[in-house]
Amino acid sequence: MAKAKYAFFLGCIAPLRYPGIEKSTRDVCSALGIDLVDFNDASCCPAPGVIRSFDRKTWIAAAARNLALAEKAGVDILTICNGCYGSLFDAAHELHEDAELLKEVNTILAEIGLEYKGGTTVRHFAEVIYNDVGLDKVKKAIKNPLDLKVATFYGCHFLKPSDIKKLDDPENPSMLDKMVEATGATSMYRKDKMMCCGAGGGLRSEFSDYAMKFTEENLKNMKDGGAEVIVDICPFCHLQFDRGQKELKGYSMPVLHLSQLYALAMGMDKKELGLDAHLTPVKL
Amino acid sequence: MTATPNMDFVNDIIANGGESVNMCYQCGTCTASCPSGRQTSFRTRRLVRMAQLGMKDETINSDELWFCTTCYSCTERCPRDVAIVDIIVAMRNLAVASGKMFEGHKKTAQSLIKNGHTVPINDEVKAQRKALGLAEVPPTVLANKDAKKDFDKIMKATGFKKIIGE
Repeated sequence: MAKAKYAFFLGCIAPLRYPGIEKSTRDVCSALGIDLVDFNDASCCPAPGVIRSFDRKTWIAAAARNLALAEKAGVDILTICNGCYGSLFDAAHELHEDAELLKEVNTILAEIGLEYKGGTTVRHFAEVIYNDVGLDKVKKAIKNPLDLKVATFYGCHFLKPSDIKKLDDPENPSMLDKMVEATGATSMYRKDKMMCCGAGGGLRSEFSDYAMKFTEENLKNMKDGGAEVIVDICPFCHLQFDRGQKELKGYSMPVLHLSQLYALAMGMDKKELGLDAHLTPVKL
Repeated sequence: MTATPNMDFVNDIIANGGESVNMCYQCGTCTASCPSGRQTSFRTRRLVRMAQLGMKDETINSDELWFCTTCYSCTERCPRDVAIVDIIVAMRNLAVASGKMFEGHKKTAQSLIKNGHTVPINDEVKAQRKALGLAEVPPTVLANKDAKKDFDKIMKATGFKKIIGE
């Protein structure tokens, strides 16, 4: 049973590189009646592409600590990042399916007097709005309709693996497009829409030239499709596109997290969006 | 390429989450779906075949093992339901356990140990947070010493520092 209150899981990139995403999420959730409480003992999720690639046991133990803390507080988790969503959702799923693994992880959690019983549901900001709040309520909250041509960017770990996420068609989804269009904006068609941004899996941190090739191909397809702004639901994709455009030549497409787009459309002050942290200027 | 089959490696992959490795029948849907394969020398099908053949040295010492972004395009489309990303992650774990780790990755791991987060805080973001009316230091282990101590104990219990060669 879903709980009405959520522990607001900040992750790393949003609070530490794009605080405007955190601020916009707080404001938009407040406007839409989503009750957030600070999760002030949370750590990194930890990141599914890097930390899980280094040591699966460390990854799941640290994720289980976050899950157990939310469970103890009697709240579910709300994430604003596909990485956090991917890690915590996948870890919760694995612990739910594998009693031996849960037992092993709980012997580690016992060192800090914690136990995870398997009762935490992990949600993503975007799907909570889409599935629980509903677009009718979003539309009623729009005070500043946006006439923008948008490239929606789902990222990878939001919908995939789709057999456990069960949110939308991973090859041809529509939920983010509908969420963006609820503001009055238009979601533009483009080639290879579901291609990865390139940042994940440790590619950006070690082989950034290769990561940039993904980014450039995406940007080209977005530009060719007639988009003028990118809307993402993951601070790491956000960072890859925002910082990536500074490194590449010929692109200057503002990058907004869905929370920032909604804050703008709901008439909140532009100064509250934290756009000065963006390297690609956001002139809207 | 010649190789000595190392069945212990195959069993280690299976024990580390790559149970489906032997289900692969080499159709190549993964390679055709891979965005990294379009940009780099990474070939998903080849890597899975090398895993099946127990080619430990050739895989864990290759740069290509780290060219996967874990986007799951391959896993989604695999007609044999092979959990390809899990197999790659298993091989990466075995590479790191053998002492093979890139500097950029080590830096991320070190940040997790030190900060409880994969990136550190800095003065610029503190000022930006303050200007937005947010707490200067985010309400996480960064601002909560007791919670950070607990996090440290988890890291100690899993031996993460040792695993990354610290």
